[in-house]
Amino acid sequence: MVGIYSYGVYIPRFRIKIPEIARVWGANADDLTKGLGVFEKSVPDLDEDTATIAVEAARSAMRRRSVDPEKIGAIYVGSESHPYAVKPTACTVGEAIGATPHMTAADYEFACKAGTAGIQTCMGLAKSGMVPYGIAVGADVAQGAPGDALEYTAAAGGAAFVIGNDDPIAVINHTCSFTTDTPDFWRREGQNFPRHGGRFTGDPGYFKHVQGAARMMLEQMGKTPSDYDYAVFHQPNAKFPQRVAKMLGFSADQIRPGLVVPRLGNTYSGSSMVGLAATLDVAEPGSRIFVTSFGSGAGSDAFDIEVTDAIASGAFDRSAAPTVEQLLANPIYVDYALYAKHKGKIVMQR
Amino acid sequence: MSVSRFWRKIPQRYNLIGTQCTTCGRYFFPPRSFCPECRRDGEIVDYQFKGDGEIVTYTVIRSASDQFENTTPYVLAIVRLDEGADLTAQVVCTPEEARIGMRVRSVFRRIAADGESGVIHYGTKFVPAE
Repeated sequence: MVGIYSYGVYIPRFRIKIPEIARVWGANADDLTKGLGVFEKSVPDLDEDTATIAVEAARSAMRRRSVDPEKIGAIYVGSESHPYAVKPTACTVGEAIGATPHMTAADYEFACKAGTAGIQTCMGLAKSGMVPYGIAVGADVAQGAPGDALEYTAAAGGAAFVIGNDDPIAVINHTCSFTTDTPDFWRREGQNFPRHGGRFTGDPGYFKHVQGAARMMLEQMGKTPSDYDYAVFHQPNAKFPQRVAKMLGFSADQIRPGLVVPRLGNTYSGSSMVGLAATLDVAEPGSRIFVTSFGSGAGSDAFDIEVTDAIASGAFDRSAAPTVEQLLANPIYVDYALYAKHKGKIVMQR
Repeated sequence: MSVSRFWRKIPQRYNLIGTQCTTCGRYFFPPRSFCPECRRDGEIVDYQFKGDGEIVTYTVIRSASDQFENTTPYVLAIVRLDEGADLTAQVVCTPEEARIGMRVRSVFRRIAADGESGVIHYGTKFVPAE
């Protein structure tokens, strides 16, 4: 059965508190933190980008479970902040984990769901026998224009999932997607920051697509929300996933372990994947996990995942790499000036 | 740095690929193709260092070349890898945190970039592991 063979996460150590961003733009910090349900967000170091985050996440996955790099036949990195416009981040990841040259690779972009699209691609390749293992990464140093609503949540981080047929720690029972052409959020070629449709990103974007994919999954699997132990939804803020969970009939307890956005922010392509990783950090054999990502533009990928005995076996060592909780602990706080420097938002004389 | 020069060193920069003389057991980084001890009796093989080590000595760079001026002050150290080879690398910590004997582990970071439109040089730095 195809499933998750191993997984790893990386989150930079720096954080900025939302009230500090609000202070700079004269916004009401209480309204923002209450409205978004986000209190702080991760900030990359000066020498961190999507490629370094993707490599660290992939290396963590490899540390947790022995996998012959030669058997990794595919690597897909989903991001909307690839360091190069042309030159794949996936090749850098492949080289850094010793999987090159006998592999295929490509970079994906589908706003916040490019990483889960990579999982689906790896599932297809593994299930058809084309590759023994594939790695799907979702990582971003998320972009938000100074003063824009996105700046309060756009964070840095990512997760890597090794997908294969051989004794997975979690079987992926099924996946399905819901996709339309919806201009709720975009970034044109050559632009530094994305633009969005404000409130339009809600109902016609996030809620329509997440519900579309989630209801399709429940129907195709013949399940109800109470059949699952945990649920993870894309988390651009804390409000949206909580509201969509309620609309679909999932409880606050089911989404709690995977709701990392209040202390992490929105890691765009990493968002739902880090949420899934945080859930796998606490899951036990038999746990059933419902996942629905969302990418603006727009689409959602849903997954029905069932944790196996392998997660508790000697073959898999969860403690060999840091958990999401450990990565969120012990942050270094920066003020807005340092944050702006770290994000390259200060224009330098050349 | 030219594109080809950076590309040639990718195995060393990304994955700490050095060499070992299997005759005497000595490790080399950067890789050597000849053992100075065993000479013609030496058998040289590739070896990937684990990336754990300690700071032998360090300096703090406060006035850097153009490619690094955005990151000053930074710690540049000689790191002794546990296998026995020494290399020069940045340690990602404040100058106050750095000390001789500090345990460190390797991480994958952006080292420099060839301007706004040139190649990005990725490679290995170290972070405190205590």
